[in-house]
Amino acid sequence: MNQQRRNLLKHSMVFGLMATAGLISTSQAQEWSKAAFDGKSLDDVFKALNTATPEKSSAITLTAPDIAENGAVVPVGLTTSLKAEQVAILVEKNPNTLAGQFYFPAGTEAFVTTRIKMAQTSNVYFLVKAEGKWLMTMKEIKVTLGGCGG
Amino acid sequence: MPDPMRIRASEKDGIVDVKILMRHDMETGQRKDAAGKTIPAWFINQVSAKVQGRDVFNANFGSAISKDPFLNFKYKGSKGDKLTVIWTDSKGEKRTDEILVS
Repeated sequence: MNQQRRNLLKHSMVFGLMATAGLISTSQAQEWSKAAFDGKSLDDVFKALNTATPEKSSAITLTAPDIAENGAVVPVGLTTSLKAEQVAILVEKNPNTLAGQFYFPAGTEAFVTTRIKMAQTSNVYFLVKAEGKWLMTMKEIKVTLGGCGG
Repeated sequence: MPDPMRIRASEKDGIVDVKILMRHDMETGQRKDAAGKTIPAWFINQVSAKVQGRDVFNANFGSAISKDPFLNFKYKGSKGDKLTVIWTDSKGEKRTDEILVS
């Protein structure tokens, strides 16, 4: 039998045992989804997140600029009154649509701020998963200087 | 060993406000060097924060998170707790830093 496969089996067993032993909690075992991060369009990412196009929600409050002078550093953030367990930030016109996913275990506020890169002026979608359902809000951010390539 | 993170965690009215600045180039795999060769992607893809062993925040990053990634989040907690932040990048490098909540 092929050695790589053996190793993989061994590792997945150890990982499984750690999970059962409570050494790693379920939220920590949130895998980095290659399918989601390799997505080249909104639809690719929605599919990887296992959702249809999410409904718009007015309960999500964004902190994001109208115009970003430097696409390499665009400060974005959101807060919501929804019981958010997960947030995803999608930049429609970036080479890879999904910028990041953020997980809030119980006891953590539905709030996050970070900085993203934007290749060009684009609609940015902020998705919130609350009670098992994805909702979203969108904002166009104008970029005067792109953040990728160059 | 990667450069240390800068972490600030301060408690007010039972809510701990955490600000993290990681040191990482976050190469997208889109850029080319002077010779026109593509610089391979190399970026932090997972960040996790724990307090006394309990998960308080997790993030998965793509290559579109800015160079020297910044994160700000808030959780219910108290002063004096030990906050541990761990990141892993796409080459499997790791960095762990700890701070006491003030």
